[in-house]
Amino acid sequence: MQIYLPIAELSVNIWLILGLGGVVGYLSGLFGVGGGFLLTPLLIFIGVPPAVAVATSANQVVAASVSGVYAHWRRANVDFRMGGVLLVGGLVGSALGGLLFSYLKQRGQIDLVISLSYVLILGGVGFLMAQESLRSLLRKPQPGVPPRRIRRFHDHPLLRALPFKMRFRKSQLYISALLPLVLGTVVGVMAAIMGVGAGFLLVPAMIYLLGMPAAVVVGTSLFQIIFVTANVTMFHAIATQTVDVMLALLLLVGSVVGAQYGARHGTKLRGEQMRGLLALLVLGVAVALVVEMVLPPAEQFSFEPAVTGGVR
Amino acid sequence: MMARPVFMRILLLLPLLLMGGAALAQTRAPMAALAPADAPLVTDLSAHLIAITSSFTGTELLLFGSIDEPGEIVVVVRGPPGSTVVRRKDEVAGIWLNRRSLRFDGVPAYYAVSSTRPLDEIASPTLLNRLQIGAESLRFRPASDREDPQQYRAAVLRLKEQAGLYREELGVVFLGSKLFRAEISFPSTVAVGTYRAEVYLIRDDRVIAAQSTPLFVDKQGLEQEIFDYSRREPAIYGFIAVLLAVSAGWLAALLFRR
Repeated sequence: MQIYLPIAELSVNIWLILGLGGVVGYLSGLFGVGGGFLLTPLLIFIGVPPAVAVATSANQVVAASVSGVYAHWRRANVDFRMGGVLLVGGLVGSALGGLLFSYLKQRGQIDLVISLSYVLILGGVGFLMAQESLRSLLRKPQPGVPPRRIRRFHDHPLLRALPFKMRFRKSQLYISALLPLVLGTVVGVMAAIMGVGAGFLLVPAMIYLLGMPAAVVVGTSLFQIIFVTANVTMFHAIATQTVDVMLALLLLVGSVVGAQYGARHGTKLRGEQMRGLLALLVLGVAVALVVEMVLPPAEQFSFEPAVTGGVR
Repeated sequence: MMARPVFMRILLLLPLLLMGGAALAQTRAPMAALAPADAPLVTDLSAHLIAITSSFTGTELLLFGSIDEPGEIVVVVRGPPGSTVVRRKDEVAGIWLNRRSLRFDGVPAYYAVSSTRPLDEIASPTLLNRLQIGAESLRFRPASDREDPQQYRAAVLRLKEQAGLYREELGVVFLGSKLFRAEISFPSTVAVGTYRAEVYLIRDDRVIAAQSTPLFVDKQGLEQEIFDYSRREPAIYGFIAVLLAVSAGWLAALLFRR
């Protein structure tokens, strides 16, 4: 069954989109990430214009995060104060990122920047995660060896000397507010350019950079992602007019169902196995993107659909 | 409004074609009075509006007509003109990226030619160029001066053809010696706007008769409302999109709560 998407201006198979949402939802339920980093390239792959794919993915991540944060909120695992500071940075960052997006779109470099951001971030995060999970998988058979102490970045004296210290009771931290502020800004820029909540980036950063306890990390990151992606959606709706609600709605339905099955199956996996699988997935996407950028293209030219009517 | 009388005329002509000479000669006089003597070409479309609804997957229109004089038929459908930016990928440090671009103005969003015989057998390049028949003879110009606009121009034609938006076919079929028909396909990515369907009757490199009919492509129903709203009230549209996502996420969390 086909349906015409009013903003993307093409006809797609409903089951394909529902399935896509389902698969992405399943993985996000399984791994506890938003899934935007998978959704955007998949949408582009089936022919949705990149700008529409980015804006619509952001809209869909809003829903996924709301759904996820609810469960964490009920277990009191959301540090609203930390989330609030991250959010202030995130809003600034997503506004900056949105402006950057419009500028790059005008210059015709948006595809390159999206691809490059993906490759660098996915490659980096994927590599680190793969390394870490491999190490912990290999370490398992020797119970006598004490776990190596992770060198925590947030203990660095330079970071401790930063001004504007704030107390984050739920995270049991007393650190400079500048740290989460800057982190939030960086993630906001990513969100606007890549159409992702950047949870896969925020979560490790909160653990290693801010030193937050793991229990509150996911809920807090989801909390702030809701607002950042909502802001990104608003920005794209106004500036680039590329949010397709029809597409978002179909994706939502699929991902909501998929996420439940993912979460259920996720509980059967061991922590290291799960991180290892996620690392493989992330690395796989990065490799596919690199291959596409390095291989000579079959068609050297591309064109933007002509701007004709608009509103009459 | 024009559709009905012309269509009726075609319907009336159909049995005449099947009849014998005497009957034909007798009934032909009143028919000729209906159709003006100086109109050797009468055509119409099966529909004058292509409505893009949520179930739109592309469509086909039937163009039909009749001629009173011998000759070849060429059907041209032109979409609304617009600007198109063509980008060229080049290799930089091992990575292929968009480097140079050229903008063209007046590029038809859609362009289809259908004829009884190959275009170069029907008319001279001069005539084809003058009437802009055939994608090669379309006159869209680069917006800026560039030493090599030709490859960008060729890319526009090639990419449009790949997308099914530019097509050239030998699709005009005669039913008998006077009636003809041609099917014109529109893919789901067809742009909205005002189109024009032109029919030429050509003989000895001269246009004997020509007819032009407007054709409208428009989003309708929900598709149109969503699209229009996103352009008219972008802020509220965005807000609704976010609200929709928040409530869907919340609802899902409540529904699947264990």
